[in-house]
Order: sequence, then C-alpha cells, then structure tokens
Amino acid sequence: MSTITWITARGLFGRRRFLLLLPLPLVLLGLAVLCRSLGVDPGEWGPPVLVGLGLAVVLPVVALIVGTGVLGAEIDDGTVVHILTKPLPRWQIVLPKLAVAAGVTAATVVVPLYVAGVLAASVRLGLALAVAAALGALAYSALFLALSLVTRRPVLLGLVYVLIWEGLLGNFVSGTKVLSIQQYVIALADRIAPTELLETTVSVPVASVMTALVSVGFTVLAIDRLRSFSVAGETS
Amino acid sequence: MSTLSLTGVSRWYGNVVAVNDISMALGPGVTGLLGPNGAGKTTLLHMMAGFLSPSRGTVTLDDQPTWRNPDVYRRLGLVSEREAVQGFLTAYEFVLASAKLHRLADPAAAARRAIDLVELESAQDRRIGTYSKGMRQRARVAAALVHDPQVLLLDEPFNGMDPRQRLHMMELLHTLGDAGRTILFSSHILEEVEQVSGTVQVMVAGRLAASGDFRTIRRLMTNRPHVFAVRSTNDRALAVALIAEPSVSGVELDPTGLTVRAGDYGAFTRALPRIALKQGIRVRQLVPSDESLESVFSYLVEA
Repeated sequence: MSTITWITARGLFGRRRFLLLLPLPLVLLGLAVLCRSLGVDPGEWGPPVLVGLGLAVVLPVVALIVGTGVLGAEIDDGTVVHILTKPLPRWQIVLPKLAVAAGVTAATVVVPLYVAGVLAASVRLGLALAVAAALGALAYSALFLALSLVTRRPVLLGLVYVLIWEGLLGNFVSGTKVLSIQQYVIALADRIAPTELLETTVSVPVASVMTALVSVGFTVLAIDRLRSFSVAGETS
Repeated sequence: MSTLSLTGVSRWYGNVVAVNDISMALGPGVTGLLGPNGAGKTTLLHMMAGFLSPSRGTVTLDDQPTWRNPDVYRRLGLVSEREAVQGFLTAYEFVLASAKLHRLADPAAAARRAIDLVELESAQDRRIGTYSKGMRQRARVAAALVHDPQVLLLDEPFNGMDPRQRLHMMELLHTLGDAGRTILFSSHILEEVEQVSGTVQVMVAGRLAASGDFRTIRRLMTNRPHVFAVRSTNDRALAVALIAEPSVSGVELDPTGLTVRAGDYGAFTRALPRIALKQGIRVRQLVPSDESLESVFSYLVEA
C-alpha cells in the first residue's frame, strides 16, 4: 500500500465524520428487508427504495462525504502541505486518493444495493446494481475530489449538484439527465439486468461514455489543479 | 550548496499588494526574515516554497522555478506557520511517512535521525495529538528535515515554544547553517532574530526595507531608546538609583509608577534587578511599553 493511500485511509477513518457513512446504507438495507418480509409487491417498493433512496441518495451522499474528505479535509486543516512538499508528480497524489475514495464509497454502498436488488427481483439485479454503483462511485468520487480543489466549499457545491441538479431538475427538465451520474448508473444497471424497476431516458452508450468521461476528465482536472495548488494568503 | 534567488518578485491580491518588488539571493547560512505582522513574510515564504505563484518576477532554486515544480522539494524543506499535523499519527509514523514519500533509501533510519535531531525520541511513539505546541513544531521540523534538504524555510518557527525549546531550535538552525545549509526563518520578534542569525532581511509593508548584517542594523536602532513602565515598592528611590545607571537615559516619575528610557535594552534589563536588590526595593512590574514592533520597524525604515 502506498504511503499516500495509508495516510488517506487513516485520515478518513480517524475522523468522526466517517460515522456519517453508516446510517444511510443501513436504512436502505432495513427498508428492503422490511418490504420483502411484509410481502409488499416489488413493483411498488422497488423504484422508491432502489432508485429513490439507493441510487439517488445513498450513493451520491456517501461519495460526497468520502470524496470531499480524502483531499478536502486535508486542505481544510492544512495537513495537505506535508504531502505537497514532496518531490512527487501530482498524479501520484491524486490517483491513490481517488482509489481510496472510490473504493470506500463502493464498499459502503455495493453491499446494501446488492442485497436490496436480490430482495426486489433477482441475484442478477443485485449484481447489476452493485456493478453500476461501483462505476458510479468512481465517477462521483472523481467529481467530488476535483470539486474540493476548485472550490473552498466542495460539500455545499456537491450537495447542490446531487440534490438540485440530479434530484430536482432531473424530474422537470429531462435534458439535465444527460449530465447526471445517477442516470448513468441507472442506465448501466438496467443494461446488465433489464428490469421494469429501473427507468431512464439516457441511452446505454451515452451512459458508458459519459461515466468514463466524467471519471477521467475530473481526475485530470484534479491533477492539474493540485499542480498549481496555492496556499491561501493568510497573513498572520 | 543551493541558492534561492528572487528577482523582482511581487504578489498582489486584487488591489492589495502583499509583496512588492523584492529581489534577494539566499546562500548557505542562517538568514532571518524579519518584519511586523502583515508585512508579507508568509506570502514571500510561500512563493519561495512553490505554494504561490509570483504575480511578477521569478523565484528560483538553483535556476529552477519553485512554482509548479515538485522536483524542488528534493532540495527544499518547509515548516509552515499553520500548526497542521495529522494528530492521529505518532511522531515516528509522521516522520517516517515523510521519509517514504521522499523515496529515501532507508526511510526508517532517516526518520530516526531526524527525530534525534529535534530531540523527540522519548515521545516519538505518542500520538501527535497529545503533544504540546512546541513538540508539535519539532515534529514538523523533523518531517521537513528528514531528507536532509539543502534549503530549509521556516515560518515563525519559535511561536509557542518555551525558552528552552527555543534555545534548542536556535542551536539546531545554527548547526544546519554552519554545515552549509541555506536556512531562512521568519519572525516578528527582534530578539529571536538577534540570537540566531547574522544576516537579516527586513520586510515592512511588502517591501524589503533593509538587508544585511543584523548587528549593523541593530546598531542603527539602538539610537532609539527603549521605553519601560516600572512599578515598585519605592518608585522615587528606584528612580534616583536608575538615573545613575549608564544605560538609562531618562526617568519619569508619575503617580502610577516610573517610565524609564534605556539606550541599551540588554544592559538595562540586566541592571534593574541588581539595582533593586541593592536598594532593597521590590520591583512589582516591568513592562516594555514601546514594544509596538511596527514603530520599531518604521523607525528602521526611516533610518
């Protein structure tokens, strides 16, 4: 494990905000188990729980907490200077951090989504949701990691994107769905396990290309921004 | 041997000029960067360390720019003013991580050597979060020294240190400077600089106000008396005794106590307890009332 990965992981799990990750996946899991055990028709609880909660809230919010935490928290408290005063090409800092963010996010959301998918329909849907969510975790992490380098309020901006752009505008202005990671995840899951529980207007090729584009594009942006990272001119 | 060169460096934020057309070349030895708060010392240090791009001019380390060039950190170490450390790590882990990130051949040995250098061995396995401010500072110095850099930049390194730690840090800086390293530290406290370095660069309001040998500059400043407020059990008797002291140039007696003007800071502060003891007077208060550094610095600029 690289030193950057090690410090990032310790920083992430050493902070209390890591505990924020736990309730959401548990709620998702609990709701799925509850609906299944009460014998509710999956056609009724599937879309609100799998999509409305799982893909629209749990995945992006967990990715937001983790993605802004791996670098943003270090920028906030100034410890990033220790990493930056090393003769490392900046990609060697960004990539391990992205890997930690995407990995932790995926690990947190994949399991409950898989279980919920299995309970709603089939193992195939469970796997489809897990794979698509893992890809989504990568795209979201790249976005939020880059966000923590371009703005001083990455969490706020990230929330605006998740709640307003993806959550609200997506319902009214269908064109915005083309720029919504959530829709890519739905499209990809639906492609792997075609089901009526998942619906989107974004085509699979668009979803695949855009997921790759978002992941790579924002990573490149993050590397470039880190190269010209300025310590804010706080004069004592 | 490395040289850090600044050529016509300016940095502004919107309409505010933080650093104004500074040129200097720093070679081996200890140099103090002196100036009142808000003079632009931190901005200048950040530009030297590659954490800020100059709005105009160039900052180079051995002819390589420091901005957008991580390679310079092979030869450069920075101890920033902001007291930021990963509190969840022990000092050893923290310094070792630095050594590994530098890709040193033997990171464990380098980490132990650096911790040794700042005398932190006894506490190296405790979490940094439990440290005092001075110890934390030393841990950060150890991390910055782990790759034995040619150039070490320290922003207000003596802040929060007790006198013993301060003394030790000064010795350390001297040792490094004598060994041919280029050491630059900033401070807004004159006495700190006096004890450490021969060469100073004085910044006032973003400009380089003076540069050169500290003693020469200090001599210019001793023309100006230091003012102290003194209160004692017998102000009048103390005033009589003090005015006989060569370092005292004037004494004023008022209902609240004495105002003493001294030409020589050190001589006066040494003489006062001796005089008080001889006269059997108890000194209740001794406050340098003229400590406003801005006034000292502006005096220096006028001189």
